[in-house]
Amino acid sequence: MAEVMAMETASRLGIDLSNVDWDSIHLPPGEDCGILSDDEDLNEGDPLEFDGGFSNIVVVDNIPIVPTEKFEKLEGVVRKISSQMGVIKEEGLWIPIDPASQKTLGYCFVEFNTPQEAELAKEKLHNYKLDRAHIWAVNMFDDIEKFMNVPDEWAPPETKPYVPGENLQHWLTDEKARDQFVIRSGSDTEVLWNDARHLKPDPVYKRQFWTESFVQWSPLGTYLATVHRQGAAVWGGASFNRLMRYSHPQVKLIDFSPGERFLVTYSSHEPSNPRDTHRVVLNIFDVRTGKVMRDFKGSADEFAVGGAVSGVSWPVFRWGGGKEDKYFARIGKSVISVYETDTFTLIDKKSIKVENVMDISWSPTDPILALFVPELGGGNQPARVSLIQIPGKEELRQKNLFSVSDCKMYWQSSGEYLAVKVDRYTKTKKSTYTGFELFRIKERDIPIEVLELENKNDKIIAFAWEPKGHRFAVIHGDGPKPDISFYSMRSTHNSGRVSKLTTLKGKQANALYWSPAGRFILLAGLKGFNGQLEFYNVDELETMATSEHFMATDIEWDPTGRYVATSVTSVHEMENGFNIWSFNGKLLYRILKDHFFQFLWRPRPPSFLSPEKEEEIAKNLKKYSKKYEAEDQDVSLLLSEQDREKRKMLKEEWERWVLEWKRFHEEEKSDRQWLRDGEASDEEEEYEAKEVEVEEFLDVSEEVLFDFGQE
Amino acid sequence: MRPILMKGHERPLTFLKYNRDGDLLFSCAKDLSPTVWFADNGERLGTYRGHNGAVWCCDVSRDSMLLITGSADQTAKLWNVQTGAQLFTFNFDSPTRAVDFGVGDKLAVITTDPFMELPSAIHIKRISRDPSEPCFVLLSASLLPAPATPLHLNMSRVAALDSSFPPSDSSLSSSLCNFFFSLISSASIIVSSRANPEGPQGRINRAVWGPLNKTIVSAGEDAVIRIWDSETGKLLKESDKEIGHKKTITSLSKSADGSHFLTGSLDKSAKLWDTRSLSLIKTYVTERPVNAVAMSPLLDHVVLGGGQDASAVTTTDHRAGNFSSGGEDGYVRLHHFDQDYFNIRI
Repeated sequence: MAEVMAMETASRLGIDLSNVDWDSIHLPPGEDCGILSDDEDLNEGDPLEFDGGFSNIVVVDNIPIVPTEKFEKLEGVVRKISSQMGVIKEEGLWIPIDPASQKTLGYCFVEFNTPQEAELAKEKLHNYKLDRAHIWAVNMFDDIEKFMNVPDEWAPPETKPYVPGENLQHWLTDEKARDQFVIRSGSDTEVLWNDARHLKPDPVYKRQFWTESFVQWSPLGTYLATVHRQGAAVWGGASFNRLMRYSHPQVKLIDFSPGERFLVTYSSHEPSNPRDTHRVVLNIFDVRTGKVMRDFKGSADEFAVGGAVSGVSWPVFRWGGGKEDKYFARIGKSVISVYETDTFTLIDKKSIKVENVMDISWSPTDPILALFVPELGGGNQPARVSLIQIPGKEELRQKNLFSVSDCKMYWQSSGEYLAVKVDRYTKTKKSTYTGFELFRIKERDIPIEVLELENKNDKIIAFAWEPKGHRFAVIHGDGPKPDISFYSMRSTHNSGRVSKLTTLKGKQANALYWSPAGRFILLAGLKGFNGQLEFYNVDELETMATSEHFMATDIEWDPTGRYVATSVTSVHEMENGFNIWSFNGKLLYRILKDHFFQFLWRPRPPSFLSPEKEEEIAKNLKKYSKKYEAEDQDVSLLLSEQDREKRKMLKEEWERWVLEWKRFHEEEKSDRQWLRDGEASDEEEEYEAKEVEVEEFLDVSEEVLFDFGQE
Repeated sequence: MRPILMKGHERPLTFLKYNRDGDLLFSCAKDLSPTVWFADNGERLGTYRGHNGAVWCCDVSRDSMLLITGSADQTAKLWNVQTGAQLFTFNFDSPTRAVDFGVGDKLAVITTDPFMELPSAIHIKRISRDPSEPCFVLLSASLLPAPATPLHLNMSRVAALDSSFPPSDSSLSSSLCNFFFSLISSASIIVSSRANPEGPQGRINRAVWGPLNKTIVSAGEDAVIRIWDSETGKLLKESDKEIGHKKTITSLSKSADGSHFLTGSLDKSAKLWDTRSLSLIKTYVTERPVNAVAMSPLLDHVVLGGGQDASAVTTTDHRAGNFSSGGEDGYVRLHHFDQDYFNIRI
């Protein structure tokens, strides 16, 4: 079923599955890129392959029927119109002539340089009105056959028997409640359990050339997505079977919606005319059925964010409205387009017009869109940040800001707070300083508070909200060693004001990584600081551990907040691999892998426990943890026992070897002696140190000395 | 304790070898002169002049009389250790890489690099000290036609060599005068990748004799360790692809009794093998490519040395710590173990 849909999708989009030069692609033997699968699909054949390479040809119907003397004129007209869509190949225009009547037949073929141009021609020239009698009908050449094959009579579709699927959440049923992660190094992609108790990873699944560029977990961890030349695919279940394929040739980027109902794929194609901009194709698939819900095509300019900036910033579509995947928004030139996923159309059939909008950001939980508009008219019109409720589009709150150079919006993970970092020009306009506007979304009228740093000259290096919490951390400073401050949105006497908790002075840190459970934060000094790590407890305001993972480039907490992975990816030549730490900064194990590209923890869906229940557990942690402590102890006892056994075994094995060698050596003694012409042997006992004194006369000369006295 | 810095070479070092007594240390470098040092205090005794290319490898006979060196100038040379005199030159058509004396020092294995159209090859040469000993072709079986140099030509060269070495009248080197070299080289190219598609691909970095000169162990760029029958040239064993090295083997070192050997590879590991069965005994994994390995003759210890190629060193931060450019600067560093080392008990 999926294959049929994929094929339809591909052919409807007219994407050049056949344009790929298959012969030029050399894969290692036995490699299938995960697309031509080694499982049951083999017999079905590859639906993505088409015969012939006609994808850049369109058929134009309903052109005038002219006799031969007018042929040239007709040709000129068709050529002129068609060439507006792209470059026509040399001798790429073919208008057949009926040999009987010596007249044209009323249709022609146009061959473009690229399938994308043909696609564009089909889109733009279909229904082109040459004159009243001749309205063009343009179709892809490849589609003609498909149309021919449509049976005249409708046949009811076959109902396939229900095949029970795998449990896609199998990994959550692990008895030891371990978490999984995926790593990519060299050509291998591996999924492993983090077996922290045994201080090593436990392999789950490994495959060579699983993906052609990268892998990505879906936001709730159900699927692992791989990216291929022909499109994307998702894998899951206990044995990582392929669950669905999404055909999108030359796909470059993918993005899941937060509730993992939809998958957005993106590709950009080189234009054949270098002056043109890149053509961009975006598809939105339903993850489970593989059906294309909506596609977007256009030039790269149309998808460039904020008007002035060129190039596409990913993700193009920002998903909003929490885990229900109800809305997605795209920012265009002075316009925000918000679509809803019931119909995949614009809300109210029109976009929201916002002059010069620069940036938008969804609340992670509610259908609220925050947007930023910079100053206009040389400062006459102030910059503003406003909150818009979707689908009503009414403005909930707005804040005007003056002499702003830039704004960045940070939502707290449960959508309670929004922090807007505002860079303002100083009076001289020579430099900027930074302040924060803090919105309390869940309170009445959404009060806004302004927070300014004590030292106005401090640059903000990083900002991060505590997940699900009320605190945030800021790295700020002007010198080589910045300070880190922690603030709380709640103050001690509940006045509803933001209060500072503490400032850590002179830290070697430039990145903040909160534990997903809050409370703990990893202050990291990446890049210039070479991988300094400080594990900090924000409840107690104390450092739990400081450490270093030399050259570390990436840091990620596991979804439960129990472990942290720090990795050195192949941006560095040496030291590639990853370290796993406990939340309090104890190095558990260290794996080195050459050409290490990716480390990704498998996300978990949100817990079913109510906040009250979670609090109850936290309160009575001692009671619950007893059982696990006992288990831990057992494991560690077992480990040390195993360790001892192993050492003993290794020693015995070594002694066996030594004994055998001695025996051989003894056996061969006489032979060796013979080889050495009877010279004693090689045993050390026969070795004797003799001191030999050698006297060497270098020169002896006699000289007769004259007796001067006689004279 | 700071190492003794022994300065003498002008180019990166390639090989070090102690004699059996351990009082002499021979060093080879990319400059032209192998050098001998007093192992105890690092005093330079002398150099062996005559090569016209980088010297890759050397070996010294059991009695410390003979030194063999292999050089990029397409020759291997035999030297008188004491006088530094060149005794014989084996000429090849491609650079020689590894040399090793067999038990009894009457046989030498010499490997040559792939060069121009020539594939890499392992040669076995017979060295005779007694001119009256009949000249016979020791290794008759050969996979390739007999070497291009006819045997009689070798003989004439030997004769020429003899005349250039009149018995010395110096009483001090009397032991040497008796040491009349007549060198008869009989060669059998036992392996080459062209003649034998299963044979080694690329350079052979090291070849050593197995127990009782019955086998030859070779290793090189194709990461496979091979054991050959030294009499027939037949391939006896090959290291398993799964358990063997994954990248070029850079170094190979035998244990004192020759029963096991250690290989170092650019795959950042060293492996210990049994010489007779070629079974893998241990794997030592490190964080750097391994360039050189050695085995302690006294304790169950191995020493691995290595690091990035000089060409890649600039990509390493200076704080990467244990990176070393040892040998690249042309110094020999002589480290002495503290007394504590010999008392280590595991």
